[in-house]
Amino acid sequence: MPTKVIAGHEVQINDEGFMTNPQEWDKDIAVEIAHEEGIADLTLAHWKVIDFCRQDGISTGKAPTLRRITTAAGVSTKDMFALFPKGPAKKVAKISGLGKPEGCV
Amino acid sequence: MKKLLILGAGTAGTMVANRLANLLDENEWHITIVDQNETHYYQPGFLFIPFGIYSKNDVVKPKRDFLPSGVEFIMSPIELIEPEHNRVKLSKDGRYVPYDFLVIATGTQTHPEQTTGLQEHEWYKTIFDFYTVEGALALARHLRTWRGGRLVLNVVENPIKCPVAPLEFIMLADSFFHEQQMRDRVELIYATPLPGAFTKPIASKHLGDILERKSIKVEPEFMVEHVDPDAKKIVSYDEREIEYDLLISVPLNMGNEVIARSGMGNELNYVEVDKHTFVSPKYPNVFALGDAAALPTSKAGSVAHFAVDCFAENFTRYVDGLEMLPTFDGHANCFIESGFGKGLLIDFNYDTEPLPGMYPLPGIGPFQLLQESEANHWGKMMFRWMYWNILLKGQELPLPARMTMAGKWKN
Repeated sequence: MPTKVIAGHEVQINDEGFMTNPQEWDKDIAVEIAHEEGIADLTLAHWKVIDFCRQDGISTGKAPTLRRITTAAGVSTKDMFALFPKGPAKKVAKISGLGKPEGCV
Repeated sequence: MKKLLILGAGTAGTMVANRLANLLDENEWHITIVDQNETHYYQPGFLFIPFGIYSKNDVVKPKRDFLPSGVEFIMSPIELIEPEHNRVKLSKDGRYVPYDFLVIATGTQTHPEQTTGLQEHEWYKTIFDFYTVEGALALARHLRTWRGGRLVLNVVENPIKCPVAPLEFIMLADSFFHEQQMRDRVELIYATPLPGAFTKPIASKHLGDILERKSIKVEPEFMVEHVDPDAKKIVSYDEREIEYDLLISVPLNMGNEVIARSGMGNELNYVEVDKHTFVSPKYPNVFALGDAAALPTSKAGSVAHFAVDCFAENFTRYVDGLEMLPTFDGHANCFIESGFGKGLLIDFNYDTEPLPGMYPLPGIGPFQLLQESEANHWGKMMFRWMYWNILLKGQELPLPARMTMAGKWKN
């Protein structure tokens, strides 16, 4: 399994750059991945979604799909695209240190 | 008598009824299957209707013809599943059907009403679907006199039933317009929420190259927010717009509403079950098979077939007090029609993405994986006969239910 140093931590990642062990994640890592994904600042609105995804991802063992986020976290799809442009569920899963959402098979 | 109740007599429900009717002792088991419709549709055939390759008669047969004689068939909508009380309430006469074991196979349905502008005054005029027999027939009529322009195919949201069908549709459209000698007057665009032509990277690359050779444009990561049926354009959540002359939509797919009413589903009304055994984590006597299950594999008949293969044997262990074995691996095997009398085939599971190679015999085939060939096309055409005569009746195919790496090429 390849590893990568993000925000001073060595973490395991898969070949698409998703972290494979959610326990290795912390908020500094989130900020740095967000930068790489083109999000300069993580606002409170971003954190609300990230916190939901962390909680949901850890309890279910998989990253939530976009529809799950919009249904359960009370954020509209439109806002999700504004916060995490282009493939919001995938992007927020990456920033939250979760695997790729399984929605697309 | 022990009571097994199956909800839904579609592909998965019919197959599991047949298989378990063979495996379980008829003196000990009473099997009941409930469905609200009389007609069984060969859904893979809908794809061919718009292009005049199949007619309605090719895709419909009575459900009863495919159910074994010992199985009780009740025709009724389902009101509510009450897993706490081990019973199901039917709409017809408000009757309750008790069970010892329940198999939910209520499938997935399309919901065009969930996208603003889709199912309004232009529905079946300039906007069509091909996931219903009505939509496919209406589109066939429309294409007979269509004079060309920009055809946009849009998938609203994943997961969808048969994730390769949109690709097949757009490639068959390319072939069809060539035959009609009007391809030069038609622009083909495939707008998908996915980052490329398909979900998995290697197949996406192969299929993306094929689409490019056919001059089919892919608009990736396009998540439609609304359709403007008057201005004839689709608008995405990130405010991209695509104009069309003819819009073919694959609407939002959701599991049956009875799942939501019964509080048994996820946000898309699919039932969460163990991905290797189909048993519900909450109710040890409840299972979900086929499209109704919330599993990370394709919603497709081939998956339901392999799932039933694994499930039926496992179920006979389970009712004898043994543990279920984690046998199902997410195996999917899908022909992809690519037009001009050719097709592709993909074979994959939870862990292995579609790879090039030969199937089912390594080095011999006769089917080629992830490459266009005439043999693959004939495989798809033969499949309709196999579906009606072998698969639905629960007879075994000489193909392993679990995926094998033999014959696949890893780069």
